[in-house]
Amino acid sequence: MKLIFEKHKDGRRGFSYGSNCVLEAKLLPRKYCRAKAAILPSLSELDVVRHYTNLSRLNFSVDTNFYPLGSCTMKYNPKFTEKVASFEGFLQLHPLLPQLSGGGKLAQGSLEVLYETEKLLCEITAMSAFTMQPLAGAHGELTGVMLIAAYHKDKGSRRKYVIVPDSSHGTNPASAAIAGYQVKVIPTGPDGYMDLAEFKKELSDEVAAVMLTCPDTLGIFNPRIKEITDLAHKAGALMYYDGANLNAMLGKCRPGDIGFDVVHLNLHKTFATPHGGGGPGAGPVGVSEKLAEFLPISRVVKRSDGSYALDYNYHKSIGYIAPFYGNFGVILKAYAYMLILGKEGLTKVAEIAVLNANYCQAKLKDWYDLPFSKNCMHECVFSAARQVKYGVHAIDIAKYLIDKGFHPPTIYFPLIVSEALMIEPTETESKETIDAFIDTMIEIARLAKENPSLIKQAPLNMPVKRLDEVRAARDPDLSWKPKI
Amino acid sequence: MSFVPHTQEDIKQMLEAIGVSSIDELFRDIPLGLRAKSFNIPAGRPEFEVTQILHKLSLKNGIGLINFVGAGFYDHFIPAAVDAIAGRSEFYTAYTPYQPECSQGWLQAIYEYQTIICQLTGLDVSNASLYDGGTALFEAMMMAIRETGRNKIILDSGINLIYRTMLYTYTSNLSIEFVEIPVVHGQSSRKDLFKHLDNKTAAVIFQNPNFFGAVDDYSDAVNEVHKFGALAIASVYPVSLGLLKTPGEMGFDIATGEGQSLGIPLSFGGPYLGFMSAKNELVRQMPGRIVGLTVDSQGSRGFVLTLQTREQHIRRQRATSNICSNEALCALRAVVFVSLLGRDGLVELAEHNYQKAEFAKEQLLRLKSVEVKRSSATFNEFTVFLPCNADKVVERMIEKGFACGFPLGRFYKGMDNYLLVAVTEKRTKEEIIAFIDNLKKVL
Repeated sequence: MKLIFEKHKDGRRGFSYGSNCVLEAKLLPRKYCRAKAAILPSLSELDVVRHYTNLSRLNFSVDTNFYPLGSCTMKYNPKFTEKVASFEGFLQLHPLLPQLSGGGKLAQGSLEVLYETEKLLCEITAMSAFTMQPLAGAHGELTGVMLIAAYHKDKGSRRKYVIVPDSSHGTNPASAAIAGYQVKVIPTGPDGYMDLAEFKKELSDEVAAVMLTCPDTLGIFNPRIKEITDLAHKAGALMYYDGANLNAMLGKCRPGDIGFDVVHLNLHKTFATPHGGGGPGAGPVGVSEKLAEFLPISRVVKRSDGSYALDYNYHKSIGYIAPFYGNFGVILKAYAYMLILGKEGLTKVAEIAVLNANYCQAKLKDWYDLPFSKNCMHECVFSAARQVKYGVHAIDIAKYLIDKGFHPPTIYFPLIVSEALMIEPTETESKETIDAFIDTMIEIARLAKENPSLIKQAPLNMPVKRLDEVRAARDPDLSWKPKI
Repeated sequence: MSFVPHTQEDIKQMLEAIGVSSIDELFRDIPLGLRAKSFNIPAGRPEFEVTQILHKLSLKNGIGLINFVGAGFYDHFIPAAVDAIAGRSEFYTAYTPYQPECSQGWLQAIYEYQTIICQLTGLDVSNASLYDGGTALFEAMMMAIRETGRNKIILDSGINLIYRTMLYTYTSNLSIEFVEIPVVHGQSSRKDLFKHLDNKTAAVIFQNPNFFGAVDDYSDAVNEVHKFGALAIASVYPVSLGLLKTPGEMGFDIATGEGQSLGIPLSFGGPYLGFMSAKNELVRQMPGRIVGLTVDSQGSRGFVLTLQTREQHIRRQRATSNICSNEALCALRAVVFVSLLGRDGLVELAEHNYQKAEFAKEQLLRLKSVEVKRSSATFNEFTVFLPCNADKVVERMIEKGFACGFPLGRFYKGMDNYLLVAVTEKRTKEEIIAFIDNLKKVL
């Protein structure tokens, strides 16, 4: 498709502000003005709408395709939450209003949403307090590690390491590093669990925190998690829970009950807010009681008269990690989702998500290598190692699935599984959809043996064939340039 | 309600295929002692009840105020076509476009977004967006620290205090030396800048227009910064770039900013849009996703995520940033917004903002008891000196239906009587006049 800039025509307008009613035109002094106007496309409103509508049709999305992208929890995003988030009272509210004298009473609805969401998340995770401010999962991780640093500093303890297993999300070590820590990586043992002997070896009074995903990125719940938590605490380290996989745990198991000190959640995963093509997300962080005083300011409090207010009076707070109160529009959708599902609905989410993943695992384990043959939780991880013998790699399988109308699973992650295929069906997908996916995966396994070139050519039915990623990186073309 | 499609029969068949007798059995790896000790969540409710509860809550927010508050976050008009496109679920229910062949719509839209950010800021390369203007500024600062191998940062105190506080928070465990230079008569003090600038300086950061609304040409300062081998970073307000000299024209190395003004609702502080652009030579230091143009196996044009070896999923603790999510849907709103306005529309928007603010300034002259600070040119926001505490005035004006501005005493010591007033294109002549009439009454 042509770029929007290639559809430009001088003199066309898609929007007008009308005549400026106020005055005789004033001019900003020339020395402050740009010499060259921005080269932007000029089109009619229809041109713009048709361009982006047609672009939208080139995407796979949850609303159009099965999207079992492991670790991303691509469940259905209920439509009513979009409607709720579009209520003018929420949409138009200036974030500084409650910070003005007399403005707090005009923000009571939004403050209540933040307060009540925090309360629900506390109960779901068994944590004492939450900050709703982090703007994404990795942003929550960074906030969480900063809270841990503030805690140790307050105790006068100098610790310089954060431990992560080698199966962790890349964001865990990256967040720890940005917060100023050195990272120690623990290998995964042959049983699929973090190697406990190695862990004990690395654990010392210089370790600030241990960051774990639970269930881990292999989709497995580590039954020795409590032992790890106790060991870490004994060494004075805090336990960090990466909540990317909380979907499997709702109503079944709570990080706070296990002994985790800090938890981040991905509202755009577990709580059904849409991913928006990569964002916005929201990554609220929950903490145990001993860490609550370090949470970012402002915090939302409920006064004795039942009204809500912003409270800045926490002198040990780490400060500001976002300009305001978090991605409010996202938090609101998550709140609406929790209200409609309630206790039974949320528990059912975990049950059916785990059922769907185990069903995929059971149906596909004869066709693909299962590196760690265990009961899985909300996702299962296969390896395409068997198919590689015929020259078919995980990426080829992904491209063939695209041709068949399925978004591929996550591939090549976790890094510890060669040729990984990480499948997370989520609870909102029906047996029929999953069966169709399984049939295609079995067809691929057969074709890999019989006619691998057919898979390696894929995709053939998409607007583009396989794209040259090496060329894109070698000679980057990152924006359209006007012809002069 | 849980949006689960399974019938009892489905569940039975699936359990059989797995070889277990109950769903409970699938949770057997969670030791009994670690099961949830409570799960005290209210029962679910039907859609119409939840919608009603939340509608009532939305009505508890007072949004009828005529808004003259900006302070970095502005009340601009959003054409309906922006909502229509961002409301297409082929966009909003997709994930990050890891698989390019089934994500060309998203990838091309982001490439177009990157282009408009480059055009607005006059710089070479943009990424696919960041969380917000504050985190974007932090990322830009970290780029400069990595690029120069130095750790001293000079901050103009005309940068929004919210962003300065964020920079201090993020770096509290890193050894970074900060120096703040004062604003004198609305402008960043060159004398203080030159005093502190040395060859330990990694970057100097300015904001244009600054927090007081004042615009400046920083070319001279940037030139001096470069003599010391440091980088110059600008935090900018994109709507103003319809008129103002661009970061690129002034020689800045990196520009960041809050993109909320480009078709994104105020929404009580988020989701917003952090944008970033930079000179070509800094592209490999950039955080976040970047979309690039390439060709497919038939030679046809297509788009992919590129330069990924910078990123956390490959480089882990050695990545340029920990960022994974961006604000793609907000970036889409921005590119649709700017495309609707086009070349002339963006200039028109900037002019209306500037001229309406100038009109408000002139009208304020009618009030003998206030003084409009006029030592610097401003864009759409300016400071007013009041004969009394601005906090009190703000409170009284709320009673009269106006959010009349931001009291500067909240952020700056000794400025209790100063009010920061923003006038966007949405304010009509009548509203501006009514605002001043009411201000007269409460003073």
